Amino acid sequence: MKILAFAEQREGKFKKSAFEVTQAARRIADQLEAEVATLVVGDRIEKILPELAAYGVSRVLIVQDSRLHFYSTTVYAKILYEIAQREQASVLLLPASQMGKDLAPRLAAKLEAGIAADCVALKVENGEIIATRPVYAGKALVDVRVSSLIKIFTLRPNVFTASPMNGTALAVEQISIDLNESDFTSKVTEVKVSEGRPDVTEASIIVSGGRGMKGPENFHLIEKLADVLGAAVGASRAVVDAGWRPHDEQVGQTGKTVSPTLYIACGISGAVQHLAGMSSSKYIVAINKDKDAPIFQVADYGIVGDVFEIVPALTEELKRTLNK
Amino acid sequence: MKIVVCINHVPDTETKVKVGTDGKTIDKAGVNYMLNPYDEFAIEAALQLKEKFGGETLVMSLGGDAHKETLRKALAMGIEKAILLKDDSIRDSYSIAKALAEEIRTLSADCILFGKQSIDYYNEEIPGLVAEFLGLPSVSVVVRININNGKVICEREIEGGHEVVETKIPLVMAAQKGLNEPRYPSLKGIMAAKTKPIEERQAATASSYVEVLTMHKPPPKQPGKIIGTDVNAVPELIRLLREEAKVL
Ligand SMILES: Cc1cc2nc3c(=O)[nH]c(=O)nc-3n(C[C@H](O)[C@H](O)[C@H](O)COP(=O)(O)OP(=O)(O)OC[C@H]3O[C@@H](n4cnc5c(N)ncnc54)[C@H](O)[C@@H]3O)c2cc1C
Ligand SMILES: Nc1ncnc2c1ncn2[C@@H]1O[C@H](COP(=O)(O)O)[C@@H](O)[C@H]1O
Repeated sequence: MKILAFAEQREGKFKKSAFEVTQAARRIADQLEAEVATLVVGDRIEKILPELAAYGVSRVLIVQDSRLHFYSTTVYAKILYEIAQREQASVLLLPASQMGKDLAPRLAAKLEAGIAADCVALKVENGEIIATRPVYAGKALVDVRVSSLIKIFTLRPNVFTASPMNGTALAVEQISIDLNESDFTSKVTEVKVSEGRPDVTEASIIVSGGRGMKGPENFHLIEKLADVLGAAVGASRAVVDAGWRPHDEQVGQTGKTVSPTLYIACGISGAVQHLAGMSSSKYIVAINKDKDAPIFQVADYGIVGDVFEIVPALTEELKRTLNK
Repeated sequence: MKIVVCINHVPDTETKVKVGTDGKTIDKAGVNYMLNPYDEFAIEAALQLKEKFGGETLVMSLGGDAHKETLRKALAMGIEKAILLKDDSIRDSYSIAKALAEEIRTLSADCILFGKQSIDYYNEEIPGLVAEFLGLPSVSVVVRININNGKVICEREIEGGHEVVETKIPLVMAAQKGLNEPRYPSLKGIMAAKTKPIEERQAATASSYVEVLTMHKPPPKQPGKIIGTDVNAVPELIRLLREEAKVL
């Protein structure tokens, strides 16, 4: 039995999820007495491969081509499909990132495989993988099994732990896949990067602002706090709909689902649709002047007070304690 | 241009989720349903493409009779035709996508639009599956669509930015919030939708590969601590974050 783990990289840098996925594959493989192969796809990726060794990876397959600098749905799907066939992999693990979620269904159709998407836990029971995944915006969880011969799991970023371990020797196999121009029916020609701060789905700390911030001109307070913490900036739908903040910062049922270690909600009431996107954060801090705001029901620590006093004070105090 | 939009019917976002007696699905008592929010962006995109290029729009949903309500909403927004692929059984995404693809294959559509994801099961799978079954390119989480002479330039959202994707028609796209502002059905639209026919057909059968074993509620969160009511609480908050939570 073989498990194929997809280690996502962009621009010659591994995503944190790459280590999460490869280590989850290792743990599952140990229980199933299976082999693991890790796949890296891109352009000029050799130099980053040693990082994988520190996370317990021993066998890496790489597919390199200058045309793979940017992501392409159709081409990456073809590569993963051919590698999965070649390796006779029966379990595929991918990150539930924008790349992984784009690839998994195309692969599933090619391989006649079921997908357990956005898993938050994997376990082995009677020789079978059981995946736990949130449904109804995290208001419930389901345990699922996949019954197809080949099974695909995508793992929610930031949930599976990845810690450096004793490195083993890394065996790298370069594999060439025939790519024709006709495979590139969709291709990325450019990546427009948003400025500076991390993305909410990848950040380990998020500072979010809601309607309590009163207007877009006050979000510099949120941004300053975020910058001291190296955090991402998030927003409630109310402020996104009002045009105060961009769509890609919206957290919630119709926005991003986030699982940071720390989520700081400033002037956010905590409507069910907002909680849906962030209640799986490890620690939640709420700053709201209404002591009955529902956000306090999920917050680990709360301050009932005015964001215009608390947020700047918190920023200053953190600067002092974190020596910034 | 022939445009097909696939839509889903989901419990509304206020739903209090209770596990049903089967221990695998939710208790449907008292649950209100609505058009999946992301699918509104797909419908709006379809209407805008039709306004620009002419042609016809068609909306499709696979499910029980209740899905007609959601199909009517799409008709009220301005879509011209609706198909219900009837099926009351529980299917996984693979199976739903296979049946949708069978039907779409017969329609020779130029654009097949989806929402980014269903907000009940959060799978985000059906658009990619359908695209692969039909052998078409696809752009997921699309936030900008630009079509010119059959050449397509889209933008899709990724972590920390956008990818500019060059592709061509026929094409599958899955709409993300930010793509457009869905219109409200006009009174005239609502009246007209009442008389537009909804074609019904039996959904093609297909295998399901994902089986729910149990559904359970997440462990309840312990009520948190209110640390204070003014700036004096700030040092204590930082201390707790550093020493108790150990997150700083
Ligand atoms: C289909 C659907 C989908 C939705 N999806 C989402 C989603 O994805 N994400 C989302 O966030 N919402 C979503 N919503 C909207 C949600 O229901 C709420 O309307 C929204 O989250 C409210 O945003 P808010 O907390 O910023 O604003 P409000 O609810 O207006 O809360 C503002 C808060 O700020 C506090 N406040 C005001 N002034 C101050 C001050 N000076 N200092 C401290 N506190 C102050 C107030 O006490 C209040 O609690 C959705 C709704 C629907 C119907
Ligand atoms: N039963 C269904 N019938 C038609 N379209 C659907 C159905 N379920 C999901 N879809 C479409 O597929 C998209 C993604 O859904 P999902 O893969 O379930 O997250 C939705 O936004 C809809 O556009």
